[in-house]
Parts: sequence; C-alpha cells; structure tokens
Amino acid sequence: MKTGAKILVESLQREGTEIIFGYPGGVVLPIYDELYDSSLRHILVRHEQAAAHAADGYARASGRVGVCLATSGPGACNLVTGIATAYMDSVPIVALTGQVPTNLLGNDAFQESDITGITMPITKHNYLVKNAGELSRVVQEAFYIAGTGRQGPVLVDIPKDVSTGLADDVKLPEKVTLRGYNPTYRGHKRQIEKALDLLGHAERPLIYAGGGIIASNASPELVEFAQLASIPVTTTLMGIGCIPCHHPLNLGMLGMHGTEYANFAVTECDLIIAIGARFDDRVTGKLETFAPHAKIIHIDIDPAEIGKNKRVDVPIVGDVKAVLQDLLTLMKKRDAHEIWLKKIRHWKQHHPLKCPTNGALHPQYIIRTLSDLVKDKAVIVSEVGQNQMWTAQHFCFHNPRTWITSGGLGTMGYGLPAAMGAHFARPDVPVFDIAGDGSIQMNIQEFGTIASNQIPVKVVILNNMYLGMVRQWQELFFDRRYSYTELPAVDFVKIANAYGIDGMRVESPDEVLPALQASLDCDGPFVMDFRIEREENVFPMVPAGAAINEMIGGHPRI
Amino acid sequence: MKPHTLSILVENRAGVLSRVTGLFSRRGFNIESLAVGPCEEPDMSRITIVVIGDDEKIEQVMKQLNKLIDVIKVSDLTDSERVERELALIKVTAELGTTRAEIMQIASIFRTQIVDVGAKTLILQVIGDKNKIDALEKLLRQYGIKEFVRTGTVGILRGSKTVTSGK
Repeated sequence: MKTGAKILVESLQREGTEIIFGYPGGVVLPIYDELYDSSLRHILVRHEQAAAHAADGYARASGRVGVCLATSGPGACNLVTGIATAYMDSVPIVALTGQVPTNLLGNDAFQESDITGITMPITKHNYLVKNAGELSRVVQEAFYIAGTGRQGPVLVDIPKDVSTGLADDVKLPEKVTLRGYNPTYRGHKRQIEKALDLLGHAERPLIYAGGGIIASNASPELVEFAQLASIPVTTTLMGIGCIPCHHPLNLGMLGMHGTEYANFAVTECDLIIAIGARFDDRVTGKLETFAPHAKIIHIDIDPAEIGKNKRVDVPIVGDVKAVLQDLLTLMKKRDAHEIWLKKIRHWKQHHPLKCPTNGALHPQYIIRTLSDLVKDKAVIVSEVGQNQMWTAQHFCFHNPRTWITSGGLGTMGYGLPAAMGAHFARPDVPVFDIAGDGSIQMNIQEFGTIASNQIPVKVVILNNMYLGMVRQWQELFFDRRYSYTELPAVDFVKIANAYGIDGMRVESPDEVLPALQASLDCDGPFVMDFRIEREENVFPMVPAGAAINEMIGGHPRI
Repeated sequence: MKPHTLSILVENRAGVLSRVTGLFSRRGFNIESLAVGPCEEPDMSRITIVVIGDDEKIEQVMKQLNKLIDVIKVSDLTDSERVERELALIKVTAELGTTRAEIMQIASIFRTQIVDVGAKTLILQVIGDKNKIDALEKLLRQYGIKEFVRTGTVGILRGSKTVTSGK
C-alpha cells in the first residue's frame, strides 16, 4: 500500500516528468512532503499564475508535457489564466491542484473552489480524483490527453484525503484507450488526392502555416513541401519558426501586423493551403475579403476548426506531419510559378518592414540587433502587445520552438514565467524575454524565482512608459485620448538589483549592442531597461474589421 | 434556422451533463429541450437535446461536442425518419359540475390519461410530440392551468438504424 501522494509522484516520473513548477499550501502538504526527498525537480514560483506559464513555456520549448502544481482555492484559481493561455494555443500541460478533503467537498470549506467547474471551458479535459486507487490511471490519462491529438491543458484535482489515502499499485495498460477520444492522424486518401488536383491547377498558391506545424514537429516536411511545389509560405504568429526567416519562399507573418507582401499575397492568391492554422480574426481581418479569389485546402487535426470561420473546398483532418508526408509521397515536382513568385519578389523589394533610423532609440533596432547577435542560438519569449509584434516582425527566427508567445489569449505577464520554463527545456541556449514596461509588471515578482534559482533569463524591457499597444489604438482610433494608458517611470534596474539581479539601463542606440552583449556575458539572469521612443507604433497595421490588404503605416502601393 | 434533435451518447460520470450544457451556453446556443437518462449500455447515458440553429452552426456544435472526452457519439436525428415524444403533466382547474365534463372530453380526444382527480382539479398526462402538447396546453388555458410540467423531447430513429457506441 502506498499513499496517494507517493502514487502521484511515481506516476509523474513514469510519464517522464523531470520538473514541476509549483507553490505549496494547506491541502497539498502531503504531496510536498513526498516531493521533499524525490528526484523530481521542483521550482518554487512566486505566484501560481507563473507556475502555469512556466509549465507552458517548458512545453512549447521542449515539445513535452509541462507540469504545474498549486494548492486548492486561491492557488488553483491563480492557475486559471495560465491554463486558459495554454488552451488557446493548444499547449500540452498537466495542472495538478489540491482540493479540500472529499467529505468537505461542496461545503464552502476553507480554501475550497470548484476548480474542475471553473476550468471546464479552458481545459481539454479535467478530473476530480475521488480515491487514491484511481490516481495512477488518471495521471496516465491526463498526460495522454494533454499530449496527443490537438494538444491542450488537462487539470487533475486531488482532494487532501486522496493524497493521504492508501492504495495498492494498479496495473496500467501500455497504451491508453478512451472510447470518447480517438484523434484522426492520417488524412483521408481521397481528400489528399483532391488537394493534389487543386495544387496541380493553381497558378498563385500560398501556404498559410500555423502553430499546428510546430506542435506536430512538421517543419522539415513543410519546408520540403513548399520547395517541391514552389509555394510561398506565410506564417501566423504561432507558426513563426516553422520555416527559416531568410528562406526565399518565406513571406513572414500575415494578418493585423503582418508584412505587406504576405497580406497582398493572401488577397491575390488563387489557392490557400492552410496547415495547422485556424483563420483567427487577427489573421483574416474582414472575413468576406480574406483570400477572395482563392480555393482553400485546410489541413488540421481538429475537425472543429475546419469550416468554422471560412468555407473550405478540401478539408483534410489529420496530423499535419502525417498529411504532409502523404502529400510529399504522392506529389510530383512542378515548375515554379514564376510569374507569381516574381510578383511576390517585387512586393518584398518595395514593401519591406520599416526600421526607423533617426538617432532615437527605436525598438525595431533593438530587436534586430539582438537577432544579429544571437542568430539561431537563443529561445525568444515575449510578453503581449507592441513588444510581441515588434519581435514577431523583426527577429529572424531560424528554427521551430525558438519563438514562444501567448497568441490566442494574448496574456500580458506570460513572458517572464514562460521564459523560466523554456530555460529548463533548452538549458543549452540563452533565453530572452522581450517585454514591455506594462506586461513585465504583471508578473515581476518572478524576478524572485529567477534570482533564487539563478535561472539565466535575459529580460529586455522595451520601456515607453505606456501600455503601448492600447495607446497606439487610442492614437489611431480614439483621437489621441490616452485614457489610463500612461505608466509612471519605473527604475527596473533598481528592482532587479533588489532581487540580486544585475541590470542595465539603455538610453541611446549605441548602448544597445554592449548591453545585449553584457547580458550574454552574465551567467545568471539579467535585466535591461531600454528607454525607447515613447510613441513608436507597430506598423503596418490592419484596422480591426478592415480587409487585410487595407493596411496603414505601409508603403505606397506600386 | 430550424429545431435540430441531437442524440448524444455519453459516459455515465459525474459532471458530464454540465460539460455538455456548458458547451451550448458558451457557444451561444439556447437549448430548447433536454432529456437525460440511462440507456442500453449500463455505463453510458443518452442525452437528447433540441436546439435551434442553422445547419452550419449545428455542425460546429456537434464537432465541439465530439471533442469532449466523455462524449462517445453525437448524431443529428433531424433529417432522418424518427419518433419523438414528450410527456407533460397538466394540473387544470376543474370544479365539479362546471367545466369538468368539458375538460374530460378534451382529455379523451387528445388520448390523455387522467392520473389524479381532486375536488377542484384534474391532472392530465399527455404523451406526444411538441405540437400536440402545445395544442393541448393552448386549449386548456381557458379553464385555468394551475401547473404545467413537461419533460424534454426524447427521440429514436425508425427501423433498424441506431445511435450506439458501435461496439
């Protein structure tokens, strides 16, 4: 007989867990006691939200399931934003929560919250474990559900008497089978043939590549497919890194802050191959005018995404890696779409992203300098807002899983804790958190975690003393009425120093490279406070509800 | 926009009903009627939901239902030959010597059963599709309906076709 707590820890180890991000509390004391002399590594965060984001950052950077742990009530509730973030971006995490003893469930007991009820809409599945005997099976199922099909978060709620209760070892199946859960991995043969037929007839095809490619580790197949069929690729925010930035077929990001040439290509193409993407409103702009001349092939593992927003001509449900492999097997190399590619080269040449150079400290310059400095040897995490968009636009990503950002939910405060998690997945490269002065303050307490564990996260704060993206919208659409978007100056270096972290303030362009170099030279964490041009905007921009070729802040159309 | 009858086979576990109904409310669907009960498999339940929406929206909601781990099978019965029934219990004012005879006559035409006879009221039990029950309710309203209780619709395909787990 073993305690539930011991069964839990053994189950986690059986699933290959190497690290947990968590925060102790009353009802998880038995679990923490078991962790005390376990070989499982535990990182004590300073707020449970950070535990969820760290597990998420670890999962995105490694491709494995991330794990976080919190106590009942407020602890569990503090995980909610992190779980929702993972859910929106299909990130596999298992969130473990303590719960009041089963005899007190529903009793408004101290630190009780109905966390399975609360997280029902933001988890792929969740469990309330009722006895220690079912714990090992539940953990096995939780990891299986989180990490297969369209990945996502799974929560396991464990009452205190389940942790302390005794049970015998249960023989678990080699492979989990759930009769209500059977993801489709292989694409339907007839649909793949139809897709090949459309590909054969297209004159102006375009690949619209999303985060699903990263999730299924299909970047090599994607690049091979694009090259063989001679099709340009535009990526979503989540898809960045699936094709190297400098690849001649890469058009960069599309959508609200996409490149002009990507958005032009969408508007003029005659065939879209959407792969692991979901026609999100930030991508499509006004739906009716999105790809108005195109037939659409949509490849996705989640059948519910197909046809959700946009009518599709050829739906292919399946794991994008498997479907791309099938396409590659059946496809014949075809001649380059020379006229189309020439048009795209023309757009790329005449509508590049702008990087202002007037002696002031511009964020685009900082991102480009960092990109040139670290090249493909870094993981870049961002917060949400202007900092995120400038990074997505100007950093040159070479590899999948090196760009980690909260896309769907757009969670400010995500970056610092996610960067902590990413470090444990990729200890071989430096991890940068690109932040704004607004978003860094949403989880700034994690300076404590990176300091005490010497997690070498390099924090780049693009400090404009505004909630920059909201201010930009106020400037453009609310007559410059800056309602509650100005933030007072904060000396971030002093804050960092108070936690025992080194830092540097940067006020002019010539200090940028030395500061970034200093951060790399520092073995531990490092905080850089870049005092950037205050009213810098993210351009180009598609105003909400406009067609995506109606961008502001771009070049005059030639 | 028309009513769709969805037959949903689910694991018989705590919380399944709220997973299913939560999905409807969160995606902006109003459930017209709902019926849940055990079915031919001991560890499963069957939920019948009537929901109004256009075909595309219904397709989306079915796909979302299918994503729930505890949902085993979802079928839209709407365009198939099927039997649908509801049951209603209607307590209607029926004073002796006044309207009682008239009400009993209506009850007989509608092939309802009178399941309780009180001094001042009768309880009618009626089984039928939605239209029949609506019609009876409308007719009885003039006599004074004191209480009206109605189940959700249950539906089943005609012939040998079934909505089962396929095991």
